[in-house]
Amino acid sequence: MIKLYDYELSVNCYKVRLLLNFLLVPHKLHSIDFFPGWEHKSEWFREINPLGHIPVIDDEGFLLRDSNAILIYLAAKYDQSCRWYPVHEPSRLGEVSQWMMFSEGTTNTASAARLHDSLGYEFDIEACREGAHKLFRVLDEHLWFQEQNGSSWLCSGDDPTLADLVIFPDVILSEEGGISRVGYPAIRRWADRFRHLPDFSLMAGVLPT
Amino acid sequence: MVEKRCEDPVIRDLWHPVAAVPDVVDRGPIRTQLLGETLTVQSKEGGDICVTEEAVQGTGASVDGVSLTPTLPTLQKFGFVWTSLGSPPDSLFDIPEFQESDRWYENSGSFRVHTSAGRAVENFLDLAHFPFVHEGYLGERPYTEVKDYSVATKEGEIWANGCEFYQPIAAVSATEGQVTQYSYRLAHPFCPLLYKTSPLNRERFDVIGIFVQPMTEERACAHQFLCLLDESNDDATIKRFQAVIFGQDKPILENQVPKRLPLEPRAETPIRADKTSIQYRRWLYDLGISYGVVRGSSPEQISVT
Ligand SMILES: [Fe+2]
Repeated sequence: MIKLYDYELSVNCYKVRLLLNFLLVPHKLHSIDFFPGWEHKSEWFREINPLGHIPVIDDEGFLLRDSNAILIYLAAKYDQSCRWYPVHEPSRLGEVSQWMMFSEGTTNTASAARLHDSLGYEFDIEACREGAHKLFRVLDEHLWFQEQNGSSWLCSGDDPTLADLVIFPDVILSEEGGISRVGYPAIRRWADRFRHLPDFSLMAGVLPT
Repeated sequence: MVEKRCEDPVIRDLWHPVAAVPDVVDRGPIRTQLLGETLTVQSKEGGDICVTEEAVQGTGASVDGVSLTPTLPTLQKFGFVWTSLGSPPDSLFDIPEFQESDRWYENSGSFRVHTSAGRAVENFLDLAHFPFVHEGYLGERPYTEVKDYSVATKEGEIWANGCEFYQPIAAVSATEGQVTQYSYRLAHPFCPLLYKTSPLNRERFDVIGIFVQPMTEERACAHQFLCLLDESNDDATIKRFQAVIFGQDKPILENQVPKRLPLEPRAETPIRADKTSIQYRRWLYDLGISYGVVRGSSPEQISVT
């Protein structure tokens, strides 16, 4: 069975839990005492991931780190419909990759602001918030145009993809970092659609619908 | 945003937690805020920990090139560093269970929340939100009834006794739902403790609590601790449980308006605020606390959500 080295309040771990639950892949969680214990920096954990980051998965001995890499692997292996990561559709695959790159930005701004405000990480909070708003404006505008073209999701096509999945956690928890979503109506509608998907899973801090 | 200086002598004279000892020793120095002032908490040779105010650093005289920054009063207790901006009492309250050798004591995280310290304490005291906010963990619908219990002030502390509540998973060591008995103790205006039936020994109590640090009037840091009879569960599982509970409370707490805790006893609306929180607000009022609270406001400013 897949083992996920996990911390409940980590957005990157949440991304992996979301996909495992959407795909109904049996898995077990190995909780890392990320905070306050810093177990991800411990000697034993660095043998698993020398970078000292979570999430990491162990799929019957196959170790993989970095949430985007894990998600691509899980989708390619366990999503027979190729819905989440459309490997056979080059243009959509390109779009998904583009937004997965974009999510690095939202994680490093919106979710960094949240780590600052909740766990006391020393970041330049104003720069994080400003950066997040810049990206949210791009996201909001894109989603508005998607809606005008009859599409509910970030990429073309009828189904949500990993693009939506990786950006959703940074967006839905943004208020914990003092980033209001009041000015982004298209983002709010999109996040709501995402929360209503079948087999959607919650994390602490994401309110039930 | 420039915080106005805290002029409340009552709160300035209290001991306040500012950091967990291992965080300072392993990853210090730590910068934090207390009552709007920026503090540095760092360990010194010989195991001492000192706390200095950033605003006055470097302004002191220097002797042989070493600046004499005045340090704040400091003590270490329950695994945390405590300090004060005023003249604190000689000692801090005690938790006798802390000394019992068959217990497992740990700080389970310092979590910051964008609300006043008083709001954070009140949330901790509120049993009624368990089945709604912590459904499946600390409560379960339809078991939403809070039985009557008694609240009294004794020896300068508030105690609420005889609280009962059905919980599906009262703690990590629980294997089935149980009716959990609670007592609440407010040992300090910002240190609520909860004594609850241990799933392992129904004659004894687990003690959990938060030591809340008022960072500014509208920001607080809740330093969590656990003092349990649990022997089987590992650290990470228990800390995960605590992180989930905190994560669930956070958005609820941050949406409460106003962020400062309304104290005016006559303006109290009993919708959410239960007996313990009414007593708590009255206590803060009687102590004369004015920082991070709304005193003597007009009733329409009070909204209990
Ligand atoms: Fe709670």
